[in-house]
Amino acid sequence: MPASPLPETALVFCVFLTLLVPLAAAGLALINAGLGRSRSAAHSIMAALCVIAVAAIVYYICGFAWQGYIGRPAHIMMVGGKPWSWIAAEPFFFRGLQLDGSAASLAAWLQMLCVGLAALIPIGSGADRWRLGAICISTALLAGFIYPLFAHWVWGGGWLAQLGINHGLGHGFVDAGGASSIQVLGGLTALTIAWILGPRRGKYSLDGMPTAIPGHNIVYVLFGCLLALVGWIGLNSSGAILFTGAEPGRVVLIAVNTTLAAVSATLTTAVITRVRFGKPDASLSANGWVSGLVASSAACAFISPAAAVMIGLVAGALVTYSVELFELRLAVDDPGGAISVHAVAGLWGIMALGLFARFPRGLSNVVGGAALASVNADSGQWLAQLAGVATLLGFVLPLTYGLNWLVNRFYPQRVALEGERQGMDLHELGAGAYPEFITHTEEFMQR
Amino acid sequence: MKLAGFFLLIAGWIIVLAAIVLFSSATPRGWFALTGAAVELLGLVLVFRSHLELRKDRG
Repeated sequence: MPASPLPETALVFCVFLTLLVPLAAAGLALINAGLGRSRSAAHSIMAALCVIAVAAIVYYICGFAWQGYIGRPAHIMMVGGKPWSWIAAEPFFFRGLQLDGSAASLAAWLQMLCVGLAALIPIGSGADRWRLGAICISTALLAGFIYPLFAHWVWGGGWLAQLGINHGLGHGFVDAGGASSIQVLGGLTALTIAWILGPRRGKYSLDGMPTAIPGHNIVYVLFGCLLALVGWIGLNSSGAILFTGAEPGRVVLIAVNTTLAAVSATLTTAVITRVRFGKPDASLSANGWVSGLVASSAACAFISPAAAVMIGLVAGALVTYSVELFELRLAVDDPGGAISVHAVAGLWGIMALGLFARFPRGLSNVVGGAALASVNADSGQWLAQLAGVATLLGFVLPLTYGLNWLVNRFYPQRVALEGERQGMDLHELGAGAYPEFITHTEEFMQR
Repeated sequence: MKLAGFFLLIAGWIIVLAAIVLFSSATPRGWFALTGAAVELLGLVLVFRSHLELRKDRG
């Protein structure tokens, strides 16, 4: 059971790998800033810092108390005669948690970073029009309640992870690197924010045709992708060790799979855009890269490298068409492609685990989970994964929408028209990211 | 329409949970769960459509 002290090798690996996770946040922040307009670049990076700060503080106050860890106190509800752990019962402010290198303490540290990563994702969809104050309030809700609740179900030994021992569905819902609790949760929040804010002014003409508003710095975006790869390897590896009991030697397989998924997704996107538009599209290829990382997260520790390539290929194709679907057909203005990259690719990654995963002996995502390895526990795994997807769409999405809708009623989340004209940098921060440049405020305005 | 969409999303989720809890044999459980997922998909379509309509109304 991972709640017991970690072996020294696993502890050292975990500490080193968790130190890499902030690079994933740095990568996403750069991608979000680069895909937005130049007049909102400083606002985007400032928002990323604020999000990480608010998320960490709120998670420290109450997030961990509701998320908990495998084998630690939790509230149990009897459903169909089986015990379902639905929320942790830890004290607030990390009280009762010894920060001494135990598995639970490392999980708390990793989760402080992961919750910030999840909260960074919606900044991409709300770019150029989401107020800083509203970003902080929305982040507090995500980090204080929505994320810990769902993460308990997946990573805290909750009812989704218990589907294996309670109802015979494989190993229960398995997600080593956070495709569900970080990526899809963040992506669905991004969808909610895009719905609530509405499109940027000038994005759609009066007859509903979208206008291209290209990102202002593709170099930031592509460099962000490289940083994200390093962070993702850390995230997937430390998640696999802490939440599924993977042995440290598996880190090599995880790193290889994560890399293969990212590169195959980006090549797919480049080829598809080359065939369709005559030239490979750099920003879509960057989206493809991150979608490969996202799709690899759930299954990276339990699949062969060939399966990782397959997951990346599908993720790259999915994101290319999904970005177009959201922009052209569904009129969802998502400047960073966050919904396609994190929600759509994440959902694919979760289901791909049900298709491709072969679990080792001793998988311990829940108390008593290791015993399942002795029987043929892989059957029914797809249904456990489907239950996770259904929970994300049927519980997390309505909850996130409802809470953000309520916030919007009392504190409008969208910046005033003047702010959008001026740019978020000048309007909200009082200074631009590039003060020596001339600011073109009207170039994309409707005439 | 938006409320109906969210209602269907939640209803589909409950159907999936019910399938897992109520059925023990794999085939009916799987089909019942897939039906729940289809209901969720319908809900998602409704929510997207309601937002499209809302945007058209606002011009």
